[in-house]
Formats: sequence, structure tokens, C-alpha cells
Amino acid sequence: MSAVAKATPEGTLEAPLLRVENVFKHFAVGAGLFGHATVHAVDGVDLTILTGETLGLVGESGCGKSTLGRVIVQLQPATSGHVFFKEVDLTRTRGEKLRRVRQQMQMIFQDPYASLNPRMAVGDIIAEPLRNFGIARGRTAEKKVQEVMRVCGLNPNFINRYPHEFSGGQRQRIGIARSLVLNPSFIVADEPVSALDVSIQAQIVNLLEDLQDRFDLTYLFIAHDLSVVNHMSDRIAVMYLGKIVEIGSTAAVRDRPLHPYTKVLQSSVPIPDPDLEAARRPILLTGEIPSPVNPPSGCRFHTRCPIAQPICTDVEPPLEMKDGGHLAACHFAGKL
Amino acid sequence: MAPLLRVQDLKVQFEGSGATTTAVDGISFDIEKGETVGIVGESGSGKTMTALSLLRLIPEPGKITSGRILFGERDVVHMTDEEIREFRGSDVAMIFQDPMTSLNPVLKVGFQIEEAMAAHNRFTGEQARERVVPLMQRVRIPASAQRQRDYPHQFSGGMRQRVMIAMGLSNEPALLIADEPTTALDVTVQASIIELLRVLNREMGAAVILITHNLAVVASLCTRVIVMYAGRIVEEGPTRQIFKNPQHPYTWSLLRSIPRADERVHEKLVSISGLPPDLSNPPPGCKFHPRCRFRIDRCLTEEPTLDDVGEGQSARCWVLMKNVPAAEKGAG
Repeated sequence: MSAVAKATPEGTLEAPLLRVENVFKHFAVGAGLFGHATVHAVDGVDLTILTGETLGLVGESGCGKSTLGRVIVQLQPATSGHVFFKEVDLTRTRGEKLRRVRQQMQMIFQDPYASLNPRMAVGDIIAEPLRNFGIARGRTAEKKVQEVMRVCGLNPNFINRYPHEFSGGQRQRIGIARSLVLNPSFIVADEPVSALDVSIQAQIVNLLEDLQDRFDLTYLFIAHDLSVVNHMSDRIAVMYLGKIVEIGSTAAVRDRPLHPYTKVLQSSVPIPDPDLEAARRPILLTGEIPSPVNPPSGCRFHTRCPIAQPICTDVEPPLEMKDGGHLAACHFAGKL
Repeated sequence: MAPLLRVQDLKVQFEGSGATTTAVDGISFDIEKGETVGIVGESGSGKTMTALSLLRLIPEPGKITSGRILFGERDVVHMTDEEIREFRGSDVAMIFQDPMTSLNPVLKVGFQIEEAMAAHNRFTGEQARERVVPLMQRVRIPASAQRQRDYPHQFSGGMRQRVMIAMGLSNEPALLIADEPTTALDVTVQASIIELLRVLNREMGAAVILITHNLAVVASLCTRVIVMYAGRIVEEGPTRQIFKNPQHPYTWSLLRSIPRADERVHEKLVSISGLPPDLSNPPPGCKFHPRCRFRIDRCLTEEPTLDDVGEGQSARCWVLMKNVPAAEKGAG
């Protein structure tokens, strides 16, 4: 189980809550001129998430971060590999047993407009998981629903209202309430604040932090925005074209980024401080993100990497420990 | 010297189902030649309606119900249809958030850039044709000579935005309005578009109005900031002043509500409770008062005026953050 030991932060011996082992997710896309093509959305990912932590997963559009989140909570089956939750291999578990484990894992989605059924009253939306899992109905369900609504900052008297009667921020609270109703221990939040207005984002970020403290939740926090990931996460994993290229404690990744892509991402993020902005020099990438249908040989970042050498085209660098708990997949880690 | 653009008491209203919504409520500002100004606000603040009104592009049933938009001697509000057609794209150009919806999918991009010039009288047909490739090079589109023959779908999001910028600049406008130009783009692409706007502003001297919700992007590109809330300007001034010494509680809170990529010590974000007001039925007094932690009785009944607070900065607030004791600011 070298993957476990490698990905576990420094000095920690406890068993992870979740362990992803060599997970692949490939999609077949349309029959083109040359038959069908395969999108390598997630292409061999190992990671662990410890009880009570927030792991931030950051990357640009198309890097596979959302797909990885969905595969972890079993919304989509992995093409191969394993996802262990409390040592149960979800990819090998079926039926009632899988349902019982699945109950403990929930997902929050980006778009609070698209992820709520407009024809259902809010109370029913939030209660749906209780019914689906046969846990509670009737008065018991209603009491539970009102409790989570209160916890999420929603007025429990609004139980019979419909999603369109709520603002974007309130709808995201409804989505969060729904994810909490089964008392999960693990939540995948996929871009939970990126569709919201700036002043509302802080409300939701603070709510997620409060809920984590209150219910001992473990989060996988997926976002393209390094600023919010830096704020939310204990550890950060950086993804590029279906692979994790760097993972480590938030402080290590922020202050001593090892992979050139992480460095490029960081240098690209503007800081709301005009003095720092006057000094910031973004490392601008040339070329486009390669297609995940036909990812580059060797290191996937070599086609755009400012410090690529011939070896990067030929040999894929493994994700390996560089210093305590800080891993990177680069032949020249820390050199940019 | 007269400013490039002078907006005076501009009001934009929407009439519908018995209610009048005031999207832009009597705002005034100047844009100097070659300046980079950020207009910041959240959805419903009126920032996009302000930008659209500068080109008289307000969607129906919206109308400019009062005010003047002076571009030199001319008032945009009173231009004839023919004058406004010539004005758009030649004196002032605008680029939008989603370049795919602004480009024609069945025409080659080079032709579309040429057409942007053909629509105006600044260049002859031959000149327009010859300018296409240099314009594409100017916005750093690699292999421009070949790529002018490609269609929009063959370009990435960032490259399409570059095409839009090339079209926008093709008639050498004095002002470029960019409405959330990087919002739909990945952060590495956003960085290169901001960099491009910065370079073009320097090289070509066109003033830039950046409409955005992203304060960090404003800090990066703009020398002056206008903060809008509920159709009003609530604060404006030099970027450094606004970021280092915000006086309006809305600006102050907004700056503390955004997480930063360089944050080292975890502090709880300041969250602004509640929602922006319904613009068909705004609250009396200061429009921000229902969400303001620092309000006093006067704010509930009497709307503050936009007053000079020194250092070229103005704020619309009866309290002002400099008068709030540090202890009161603390508790988020």
C-alpha cells in the first residue's frame, strides 16, 4: 500500500477516511471518421482524504476534477481502480451494502439553479434522500428537514415554497441542507460558490466551515479558483489533464509549489491588492490545453511547460514524495 | 482639458407590469483619455446597464430616462440612429463576456475583423484587408496569417476573446468597454487577456472601462475604480485608495469577503448578510442600510450624497469607515 503511505500528510498514521487508488475514468465519444475516440478524463489518480480535513482539488476546465468527484461518490462508475471509503471498496460493493455506505457520502453542486427540481417544494427536495434511503417519512422527516434548514440559515417556515422563490445563495443553502439530511460524514463540494455573487460567496464559504466544525465533516472541495481553495483547504491537490500533478499541505503548496503548472496557476491569480498586483508577473503559458482524447506523451504538461527538457517528452514522471507529505509529478520539481 | 467621456446624471429604467425598475439611478462620472477604469459591482448593481447605455444598447423595454453621455461635444443620448451606428465600433468599442455568441460561426475570423472596419469609414476596403493580419498579431494570435482563414469554433475561448479585441480595436477607438471579458475563461487564460489589455492600453492609448465583479482583476488593471450598488455609485477613487482605505461599508466589506490566494493566516471571511434590494421597490434612505453593520438612524431615512472624502476619493455614506472604531470593525 505504498500509495497510502505516500499520500498521507507528514507524521499521520491514522487510516484515511477515503482512499482513491489508481482510478481511471474514460468516456467513449461519438463515432468519428476513425471510429470512436476515448476521453481520458481521469487517468490514474491516487489520493487519500483524512477524517475531518478539507482536501482542495484545483484545476482548470477539462482537467477531470469534477469527474473525479463524481467517481468518488459513485455517481459514475470508475473505468478501473478502487475507491475505499472506511476501508470498504466501493467499486467492488453492490446492493444494500453500497447503499448504506453511499448514505454517508453526499455531493453539493455548482449550479443551485440546475440542481434543484423546480416542481418540487423545498421541503420535499430536502426530504428526498430520507425517503430514497427509507430512513424517515411523514412528521419525522419534516422535523429533520426543518432542523437542517435552520442549521443552513433557511427559514424552516418556507418548507412549502418552490426553488424559484429563493435567491441563488438561498438555493445553494437548500442544496447544502439536502446533502446534510442523511448525516453524512463526507461531502464532495463541486464548485459550490463559483456561480454566486461575491458577497454571497462568503456566506456560503462560512456556512461550509461552520457545518464542518459542527458535524465533523470531511470535505473534498473542488474549484478552479485557487483563492477559495487556499482559504478552505488543509491540503491541496492540483490536477492537470486527468492527473494529480502536485499534492501537499496548503502552506507547502502555496509557499513552495513544486510543479511548474502549480507555479503557473499561482502566478496567474490576481490578488485584490494594487501594490502586489503592480509587482506580480504572471507566467504566461503558450499553446492550448491538449485534448484529453490524445494526451501528450511523457509528462502531460511538457507541451506548455516553460522548463521542459527532452526527458519530459519521453518519460512520465511519477507522483512522488519531495519533502514531508509534499508530492509532485515532475522531473524538475521546484526548478521553475 | 475636457474628459474623453462625461456621464451626467444618467438614469436607466425598465417599465413593466405596473412597476418601474431603476437599474441605473442618476450616476455621473468622467473618463479621461487613455485611462483604465474599473466599474465593480454584483449582479443587479447596474454596472452592465451603465456600460450598455454608453453605446445605447440597453435591451427593451429599458430606456435612458434622463441624463447626458457626452463624448466630446456629442451627446450619445440624442444621436440619430445613423450617428449612433457610426459611433459604435469606431469611437467606442465593446467586448463581451462570451466571445462565441458575439462572433458569426459561419464566417472566417479574418473576414469578420475586416467587416468590422468595412462597417465604418475610417479605412478603405483595401486598407481594411491589409490590416487584418497585423491586428491579429497585435492581439498575439500565433500564426495569424493562417489563422485568419479559420472559423470561430476552431479557436479556443481565450483566442476568440483575442479576436473580439482585435475587432474592437480595428477602427482605433478612443475607448474600449470590456464587460466581464475574462469571467468565462480559465485563470491562466484570464491572466494573458488582462496582460493583453494592459499592453494595448499602453501601446494604442485607448481608454479602457472594465466592467467586472472581480475586485482582484480591477486591482491588476485599473488606475481608478467606481463601485456600484443598487444602481448608484457608492464609492469611487484611485485604485490604491479604494483598496487600502475604503470608506463605504459596502466596499470595505466586499474587500474582506473575498478569499485571497496569498492568505497565510486563516481568518473568517466577512460576509454581507441579506441580499441586494429589489430595484422596483428599493429601501428608503441609503440603499445599503438593510445589509450594513455600521448604519446609524439617519441611514434609514435619508439617502447620503456622494461626497468628497479626500485623496480624490468620494463615498456615499453618512458614517464612513474612518469614523468606525477599530473594535467595531472586528467582529465579522
